[in-house]
Amino acid sequence: MTSAIHLRYEILRTLRNPLFSGLTLGLPLVLFYSIASAQRHKTFDGTSFPLYFMTAMAAYGAMWATVAPGGRIARDVATGWLRQMRITPLRTRTEFTAKVIGAYLLALPTLILLFLAGASLGVRLGATQWLEMAGLFLVGLAPFIVIGFILGYLLPSDAAAAALAGVVILFALLGGVFGFQLATSGPMFDVIKGLPSYWLVQAGKTALGGGGWPAEAWIVVAVWTAVLIPVAALAYRRLASTA
Amino acid sequence: MTSAPEAGGGIVLSGLAKSYGAVRAVRDVDLVIAPGETVALLGPNGAGKTTTIDMILGLIKPDKGTVSVFGAPPSVAVRSGWVGGMLQTGSPLDHLRVREIVTLMASYYPQPLPVDEVLQTTGAAEFARQWTTKLSGGQAQRVRFAAALVGNPDLLLLDEPTAALDVEGRRAFWQAMRGATAQGKTVVFATHYLEEADAYADRIVLLAHGQIVADGPATEIKARVGSRTIRATLPDVTVTALSALPGVRGAERHGDAVVLTCTDTDVALAAMLQKFPGAKDIEVTGGTLEEAFIELTAIDDSTDDPGAREAAK
Ligand SMILES: Nc1ncnc2c1ncn2[C@@H]1O[C@H](COP(=O)(O)OP(=O)(O)OP(=O)(O)O)[C@@H](O)[C@H]1O
Ligand SMILES: [Mg+2]
Repeated sequence: MTSAIHLRYEILRTLRNPLFSGLTLGLPLVLFYSIASAQRHKTFDGTSFPLYFMTAMAAYGAMWATVAPGGRIARDVATGWLRQMRITPLRTRTEFTAKVIGAYLLALPTLILLFLAGASLGVRLGATQWLEMAGLFLVGLAPFIVIGFILGYLLPSDAAAAALAGVVILFALLGGVFGFQLATSGPMFDVIKGLPSYWLVQAGKTALGGGGWPAEAWIVVAVWTAVLIPVAALAYRRLASTA
Repeated sequence: MTSAPEAGGGIVLSGLAKSYGAVRAVRDVDLVIAPGETVALLGPNGAGKTTTIDMILGLIKPDKGTVSVFGAPPSVAVRSGWVGGMLQTGSPLDHLRVREIVTLMASYYPQPLPVDEVLQTTGAAEFARQWTTKLSGGQAQRVRFAAALVGNPDLLLLDEPTAALDVEGRRAFWQAMRGATAQGKTVVFATHYLEEADAYADRIVLLAHGQIVADGPATEIKARVGSRTIRATLPDVTVTALSALPGVRGAERHGDAVVLTCTDTDVALAAMLQKFPGAKDIEVTGGTLEEAFIELTAIDDSTDDPGAREAAK
């Protein structure tokens, strides 16, 4: 009961923010059509450009969606709402779970919309491939949820919003989200392959091949998540002791 | 879920202390509040009201001493839904309507009151569909009160609940408050206003510089705080003789100086000058609450560190 209503308002608050739908739905969709339409018959990075770019834009919108809870945390600290919640029976665990589930649910419309947009430009994937891609997104987005939490706990509201935007854009750029890759070999490429955003963009291609991610991808995402979670816990504790 | 804490015990603060660097925000506060009591924490800015309330809520950890809420530590009381609070700081939640925020708060508690009923009693029903960021000061205060009340807690802690309100708003707030808490809730509220404490509390706890300087029924405190003081240099007159003057409630001697606590300074001054024309360096102080606090704490301060005194100003 508690968590259902909490989750509901958690999502409602985000959806009512026009900036949110702009960044998670509008922007990726506009970018997708304006760039992929002209190149719908080209190949890129060993696959068709629309498939590549569809996955890339889905990753972009989903990254914005998954860092959004962090922005809400920072605002709730600033407005004193977090303190207000701390004097109710709401458990930190419930609140935390609602934010994680909320982040994924908020990323879902982006995926669906971009998959439809992709299909409209001739991307053909089987049902299992769509599902596999969605599943890989679920895993690959985890580090971004945690990054959102960390920045939300540590930074004041305005700074958190700016930092989250910076993180999303930087990871997107390096991960090849904008339709070009900064490197395809050499040490720079090794760095890029160490980013979860790179593997999100690759999710489409690997789904098409039917093989899923290589082991390297799982390790990258697991390491990022494993390293960031304790940082988030520390950041939370710091906040709880001062707020 | 455990409901009304029958174990009793009320609120017990013992040896409570909290410092911020050199500022001793709360020092050695001992206080017992019985279940069902309405207590006003009265004090000027920086007296330690918010710090005390935040420690009862478990938002701040005391440096020393303990807090017990119905026999349990604050964290347990909060988690069990026994406590509802209106914090001094905080603005409304963005992108939610009044009704939604009260519904959300209700969902956190094991035995909440019906949302509509609470909106009615707090007078928030008229603007229930309004966005919480678009409320007047008085409306926002009602929403915050509704949010604190809807969980049906046994203890309500209200930190300056009427701070943003005009006289009429204040009256309306307390009327709603009375109706809402008729069923034996324990209420602790912080205020700067003696009249407010007098009108709505069974008991007033007077705080200054982090210490309790007076604690008792409203009438008693009012007499004490409401009184004014005459200081004069007047050797060779007994305290007893001074106490007997009309308009004087009590007298103290500090070396050559005497301090008269008066119920009526005009009468007392006239009588003193008539009877003891040798009185010099006469000073009449008091009148405002602020000055009364300074009076009440002047004695304690002489034996204490000046840091807290400076910071409290
Ligand atoms: N977070 C803090 N950091 C440093 N000093 C603090 C902090 N909070 C309170 N203080 C200091 O502790 C003292 C008591 O503050 P407190 O907020 O409890 O007073 P108050 O009685 O609630 O005052 P007001 O009527 O202004 O709300 C003040 O001197 C204040 O400056
Ligand atoms: Mg205060």
